[in-house]
This record gives sequence, structure tokens and C-alpha cells, in this order.
Amino acid sequence: MKIKINGEEKQIADGLSINALLESLKIRPGRVVVERNRDIVQRDSFGATMLVEGDALEIVHFVGGG
Amino acid sequence: MEDFFELAGNKFRSRLIVGTGKYKDFAETKRAIEVSGAEIVTVAVRRVNITDPNKENLLDYLDPKKYTILPNTAGCYNADEAVRTCRLAREAGVGKLVKLEVIGDDRTLFPDVPATLDAAKILVKEGFIVLPYITDDPITAKKLEDIGCAAVMPLAAPIGSGLGIRNPYNIRIILEYAKVPVIVDAGVGTASDAAVAMEMGCAGVLMNTAIASAKDPILMAEAMRQGVEAGRKAFLAGRIPKKLYATASSPLDGMLN
Repeated sequence: MKIKINGEEKQIADGLSINALLESLKIRPGRVVVERNRDIVQRDSFGATMLVEGDALEIVHFVGGG
Repeated sequence: MEDFFELAGNKFRSRLIVGTGKYKDFAETKRAIEVSGAEIVTVAVRRVNITDPNKENLLDYLDPKKYTILPNTAGCYNADEAVRTCRLAREAGVGKLVKLEVIGDDRTLFPDVPATLDAAKILVKEGFIVLPYITDDPITAKKLEDIGCAAVMPLAAPIGSGLGIRNPYNIRIILEYAKVPVIVDAGVGTASDAAVAMEMGCAGVLMNTAIASAKDPILMAEAMRQGVEAGRKAFLAGRIPKKLYATASSPLDGMLN
């Protein structure tokens, strides 16, 4: 299925949770914040939140800034 | 003498707040921050590069147990974006402190004041501890304090310009009016600029470029630490009045005739 991750369209397997997606992208869940369709997903819900076609995700973290 | 910088009920020893941008790598970031003595460090919120996610993370170098992380809203051009960024930052679990900046224009990076006020109202209501970056305008500072911001952060000069305090008179008025800490944020170029801000009675100074873009960032970090400390001590000590004519330092009695 197709979803948007950080503004880019991506083809991902059906039935992935956010946790599974992060794992497939080799992203450590403990260091990121995820927003799904403009709503923040709490970290302890990453495993239970299943992605569906058309979802728009933002995966953000802290970077150097002033 | 014990002298703490109090911010929203927290006590800090250092009055220097430093950014983490523009360093050549995370090791240099870490070293500069250690040498600066800063206890509060600013960070930005950005998208993870999903095609190369294995890169190291800033927080691998800056232990949030050791440092108070101050996420910023740099790059946000309206209140909605700034509020959204703060909510994301809070979810990262480093606390409720946010540096609110709503930029008005990309050449000057001056703040959009009405949008900053709008965002501050929402964020304060949502329980954030809001530190807003503002122009050196006493009225805006007062309004933000009335909204419930924990400090006000007037710029010394445009972000990254290194010009030092361009309008010390406005900063003085802001200091007179404010009941919350006044932190000079942005535009500091060198250690004497930081010292001037502190001598005037500012509670702290926030900077990034002045350290990170110096030829030797680690040495400049040390200079800034000392500049802030010297300025603070001079403020507490109470400087002598400025006088037009000389006053002899040596006694006039006991001169050879």
C-alpha cells in the first residue's frame, strides 16, 4: 500500500504497525516522534497503531539548532 | 557567593544558553557545550532522513539527564507551525520548555510579532514553558510576559549577524519593565557582547553562531563562558558611575615637596 512518509510517497507492506515500519526503516523508536495524519502518536502506541493506505506520517527528531 | 539563574522554578548555575547548530560534527558540538558550561541547550525539530536513518542522533551526544533540552521552532513562519513543532518536541519526552520563534522574513530572520503572540497564548494554555524570541521591543516583551511566558528573549541584533547589542536603550527598558528573566537571544558576536548584556542586568544570553562559527569554537565557548560570568559579576558588584574628569587613585597626602 502507499503512504506518505515525511512528504514522500512510499510503497510499504500491508498491515504494518508504526513500530514495524520504523524497524524496516532502521529507525530507533526511542529517538523519534511520529505524527500520523496530523495527530501525534504516543510512543507506547507505536506497536498497536496499524498503518492504512493513504496515511501521511511525519517522523521527526532533534537536530542541531540555535 | 551563590548566584542562581532561576527559570520557571528551576535553578541553573550557568547563565549561558547555547545552540547546537552549525558545528562540524556532534563530537565538536559536545566538546563546545562542555567547555561553555551551559546547562540549557537548544535543538531544532526536523524530519528524520528516512533514506539514511542510521546516522547518529544528537541526543546520543547530549544526555538529556545532564542538559536541559530547549527545543526551538526555528524555521516556522506562522503560529500553527510553531505550535505543531512544540507539540512534537514535547512528545520527545524532554520536558515542556520551548524556545518560541516565529520568523517573519528569511533575510532578517526578525520575528513575526503578532504570530509570536498568538502562538504564545496557545502554548501557555497547553502548559508549555515558553521562552519567546522577540525584537527588542518593550511593549511586545510586556505582552508576552502578561500572556504567561517564563522569560522574554529580545534579540541583540539579527540572528547570526554577530553585531552585538544594537539598541541597549531598549534592552534597558525591557529590563526595567520585566518581572520575568530577560535573556538576550541572537546577534552576539564575541565575548564582550555577552559581557555587556550581563552587565546591563540580563538574566542570561543565548547564542549559537558566535561559538559554532568561530575559527576555534572550543576556545570561543570558553571565552563566552568567561564573558557571561565576568558580566554577571560586574553587574552584581555595581559599577562606578561614569565621570567626565579624573579622580586620582593615589593619595594626595604625603607627597615629596
